[in-house]
Amino acid sequence: MTSLERAAPRAGWAEPPAPVRFLWDSWTIAEGELRKLAHDPTELLTRAVQPILWLLVFGQVLARARAIPTGQLNYMDFLAPGILAQSALFSAIFYGISVIWERDLGVLHKYLVSPASRTSLVTGKALAGGLRAVVQAVVVYLVAAAVGVHLDLSPLALIGVTVAVVIGSAAFATFSLVIACLVRTRERFMGIGQVLTMPLFFASSAVYPIAIMPDWLKVLAQVNPLTYMVDAVRGMMVARGTPSFPYALDFGVMIAVTVVLIAIAGRLYPRLAM
Amino acid sequence: MTAAITTSGLTRRFGEVVAVDGLSLEVRPGEVFGLLGPNGAGKTTTIKMLITLLPPSGGRATVAGFDVASEPRQVRRSIGYVPQLLSADGALTARENLETTGRLYHLPTADRRRRTDEALRFMGLEAAADRLVRTFSGGMIRRLEIAQAMLHRPPVLFLDEPTVGLDPIARRAVWAHVRQLREEEGTTILLTTHYMDEAAELCQRVGIMHLGHLAALGTPESLAAEVGPGASLDDAFTHFTGTELEAEGGTYRDVARTRRTARRLG
Repeated sequence: MTSLERAAPRAGWAEPPAPVRFLWDSWTIAEGELRKLAHDPTELLTRAVQPILWLLVFGQVLARARAIPTGQLNYMDFLAPGILAQSALFSAIFYGISVIWERDLGVLHKYLVSPASRTSLVTGKALAGGLRAVVQAVVVYLVAAAVGVHLDLSPLALIGVTVAVVIGSAAFATFSLVIACLVRTRERFMGIGQVLTMPLFFASSAVYPIAIMPDWLKVLAQVNPLTYMVDAVRGMMVARGTPSFPYALDFGVMIAVTVVLIAIAGRLYPRLAM
Repeated sequence: MTAAITTSGLTRRFGEVVAVDGLSLEVRPGEVFGLLGPNGAGKTTTIKMLITLLPPSGGRATVAGFDVASEPRQVRRSIGYVPQLLSADGALTARENLETTGRLYHLPTADRRRRTDEALRFMGLEAAADRLVRTFSGGMIRRLEIAQAMLHRPPVLFLDEPTVGLDPIARRAVWAHVRQLREEEGTTILLTTHYMDEAAELCQRVGIMHLGHLAALGTPESLAAEVGPGASLDDAFTHFTGTELEAEGGTYRDVARTRRTARRLG
């Protein structure tokens, strides 16, 4: 068979070059996800309850106890960035269940037979997972302001926090996709999600500083991406907040983790349709 | 003219189970080809290999002239697929579903909008265009899915049990659209079905699969005639699948294997 005989698609539209295609396809997927949220934001609203409780109940009690040494920040100022990162983690870590739903329904198959690359499908999901968290961030800011947290509201700080929240959440959302590709059923996925969230949360600097941890936990905290997300957010979200690590390290870790996980998820994604 | 779909020795194993066993087949351009067979016969596995969702364990296959293993992206650009399961996203509107598809196939914006409107009209979904798909009836969803699969005018369309679960009126509507696509667009259509009347109604040729093999191939009329005078395609189906199972003994192991495969595929 010669190439001339090939039945090319009859519609004669030109295909954009690969990098443009990648960005376009990723955005198409992300936009679809955001539209779904706009049609039905119930899930986001219910997810906002938990961080409110952490700040209002847990935070207020521990702040009065003055049990945790948090340096120059008072405890509420210290805690608010941790709760912001936590709420992002908790909603992103269960994000993968949406692709298990899509797989069970058959929606996923339609995307996988489209010309979009697997990596762009995953990147779109990751981006949507990251952007969803911005809504949560707004809720946490409002509650934090209400309980008297000293927020840094300068545009640069707000932009920095937004970027950190989007990338950090994208990393955990992709992690969640990887798990979904591996376990492929809702029951197993929920079990693993529950098992993972608490260790990730407590082995980070979200609610107490690394300095007061026992040595073995310090090691875990230092390999936990959530620690770097919390650190970056803490440096920018509250007045007088200072990061423990350089921002380059915080963002470097978050970006590297996201990129590696997207590559892995892109490889595993087709397994969902097999 | 070259074949729209070719397979030679196409094989897929799942561990010990051979779901598709050395399938060789040719589907001609512009024909509606029906793949029939009981659950677990390997129909869906065959489709999944042809649409690049499942890598073959052996043999090769081409769709629209492209090799499924080495040129998956070109194959994907040339096909439309309506899965057995639901493929329209219930959390989006009909228009959003079509728009998303059009964007993933990189249709230019003006083209995309025009085709979306055309597709909605063609499928009689104009009034429901901006409703969430989860409020649609089964027949409306199927019509939307076919519109989605055809938005980029692929030369080859795969329909996996397109009318399963539909009421008779919705089924006839789907049939009418399938015929129209073939006649007006010259689309090659490969469909699987459990309904013999559907196969007889729509397909120029049918292949009956059984335990991963092609048990029979021909026009619906010729297959019926092979079984005996006055026989129907139903009789042919039983003849080429049922009796063979008896002849093999239909042991517990065979049945278990068929069912396990069916479950995996379902």
